[in-house]
Amino acid sequence: MLMTKNTNIKRIYMDYAATTPVDPRVKKAMEPFWISNFGNPGGLYEEGRRAKEALEESRKKIAAIIGARPDEIIFTSGGTESINLAILGALKMLGGGHLITSKFEHHAVLKPIEDLQKRGFDVTYIQVNGDGVINAEDVKKALRPDTVFVSIMYANNEIGTIQPIAEIGKVIRDYKLQTKNCKLVFHTDACQASGYLDLNVDRLGVDLMSINASKIYGPKGVGFLYKKQNIKLMPQILGGGQEGRLRSGTENVAFAVAMAEALRIAQEEKTKEAKRLTKLRDYFISRATMEIPKVVLNGHATKRLPNNINISVLDIEGESLVLALDSEGIAFSTGSACTSESLDPSHVILALGKPYEFAHGSMRFTLGKKTTKKEIDYVIQKMKEKVEWLRIVSPINLDPDAQSMSRPEVFAGEGLRVKAKSKNFK
Amino acid sequence: MEEIKKPDVINQYTGEKWYYSDIVKEHFFKPRNLLLEKPAREDEFDAHGIVGSPACGDMMEMWMKVDPGTERVKDLKWKTFGCASAIAATSMYSVMLTENGGLPIAAALKIRPQDVMERLGGLPARKVHCSVLADKAFLKTANDYFRKTGQNHRVIVSGSRVVDSRFNITDKDIEEAVLEGARTFEEVQQKLKVGVGASDGVRTDVEALIRFYSEKYYG
Repeated sequence: MLMTKNTNIKRIYMDYAATTPVDPRVKKAMEPFWISNFGNPGGLYEEGRRAKEALEESRKKIAAIIGARPDEIIFTSGGTESINLAILGALKMLGGGHLITSKFEHHAVLKPIEDLQKRGFDVTYIQVNGDGVINAEDVKKALRPDTVFVSIMYANNEIGTIQPIAEIGKVIRDYKLQTKNCKLVFHTDACQASGYLDLNVDRLGVDLMSINASKIYGPKGVGFLYKKQNIKLMPQILGGGQEGRLRSGTENVAFAVAMAEALRIAQEEKTKEAKRLTKLRDYFISRATMEIPKVVLNGHATKRLPNNINISVLDIEGESLVLALDSEGIAFSTGSACTSESLDPSHVILALGKPYEFAHGSMRFTLGKKTTKKEIDYVIQKMKEKVEWLRIVSPINLDPDAQSMSRPEVFAGEGLRVKAKSKNFK
Repeated sequence: MEEIKKPDVINQYTGEKWYYSDIVKEHFFKPRNLLLEKPAREDEFDAHGIVGSPACGDMMEMWMKVDPGTERVKDLKWKTFGCASAIAATSMYSVMLTENGGLPIAAALKIRPQDVMERLGGLPARKVHCSVLADKAFLKTANDYFRKTGQNHRVIVSGSRVVDSRFNITDKDIEEAVLEGARTFEEVQQKLKVGVGASDGVRTDVEALIRFYSEKYYG
């Protein structure tokens, strides 16, 4: 019965959006750079030159894939660092201005922007529609003469919805031409998108783009920022001036090689893999919504990543289902307040205009290279059993079309903090 | 104690380990005293209470049968919408109130969240607020019993006191913030999302409350 005792159960991993295992080809590509080819790329001697060569080859490889110049690629420690460098690097030196972002960005975007807001920047948060897609027209309407920065994610990390980045890019380009506002910078967080979507920076019309390796079968701890040549950034890490003076610290050659190889494989195989996963995704969604009562899909049914399933299983709470299915060998994640550090439920599900109980019961299953139909069948079967049980435990009975919280009087009766949270909880 | 605290859940957003004990798991997978069927008649139970936690959005409902002669808790049933530790804490709480012939209501009201946690083999610090819910649901259930039996003088009213009148922040708000993990004045401000305690007097008051509740739940 106890979870820790179930070591003989085969694990089914369905949290590929959290991180992926390293592809053996990626591991092989970086292998020579630990022991035999270990030099510091800053060295003038042969070891240094060889390391430098591998580093620059990786940079070229990435640049070619995204349609950029090699000197427009800055290696970083991952998505969060790339995003911080993009946002704080572009804006910290300005005293103020107007920023545009969305309500359901990753915290790596929201936190630096909140920080800038405190320093006097004015921020417009674009509302997403109920399907979790931003309308490019809304971005257009929000643009102002003093707008200096727009940051919109390419694909959402929780619900996988794909944003019209190319359209927004065009809106911004037109606005710049019209108003001669040449200070306006457009950034996209493409961390979740890089495994499945087009990354050509010209077609997307972006000035800055953040990507990391750990979502595309590369190692954790490496990513890069694409920075269009004419964009000025202030480095956030100071020292020896590596990466074009934008990111000091001895370059991690092995990881740069891994980043390039992971991106190459991801982009080469994306069409085939997307086709395979889309079928599995739709199979999962149709079985879950049809065979388990009161399951609501979060986010647009088709404008989403091929590997993302995000459902709210009403009347139950996410953490308890995570633990219940973990005991059956299944790994997935939840937007429940109980698993977040701040004890706030998923800001993404709330941004869709759903009541907090939907966020509390939101479950994210993300598929990957190893996922099979057989695995999905097993997950659906076990989910049916566990959901049925947890609903017996639960005292609430929600309406799937609910727009507000089910029993506010239960909270209000305690004279507690309903008021303070009412701006989050409808 | 150390032996049973094996990490088996790692929060994917923070990487923090959760140390659920084997007892917590046992009560999560096999909860005791769970109400399986809604009561057929309204008077099947002697008292009923329901409470929600604004901290995390959990909700709990409780039903109680009381021996009228001894005022002992004969039966305590519950349902909860919450995480594993909320389910386990409620299960354990119901066991503690009903074991060995049941506690008299007056004694049952003295069971603290810490006592439940101790029996559970501990809970992670940020999960303490999950165990407070059972306690509060029981208080409501007991009050319902007192009212139904005409003992209105025994009803426990946990009124709140306004500490910062500008934002209508009460001691309850401070209690919630502490249960959510705030330990310093700045952290409480962050949790409440307002600049509570502009004047020195208010600040001192808030700090005293932080110390009091930290001591109460974590001391």
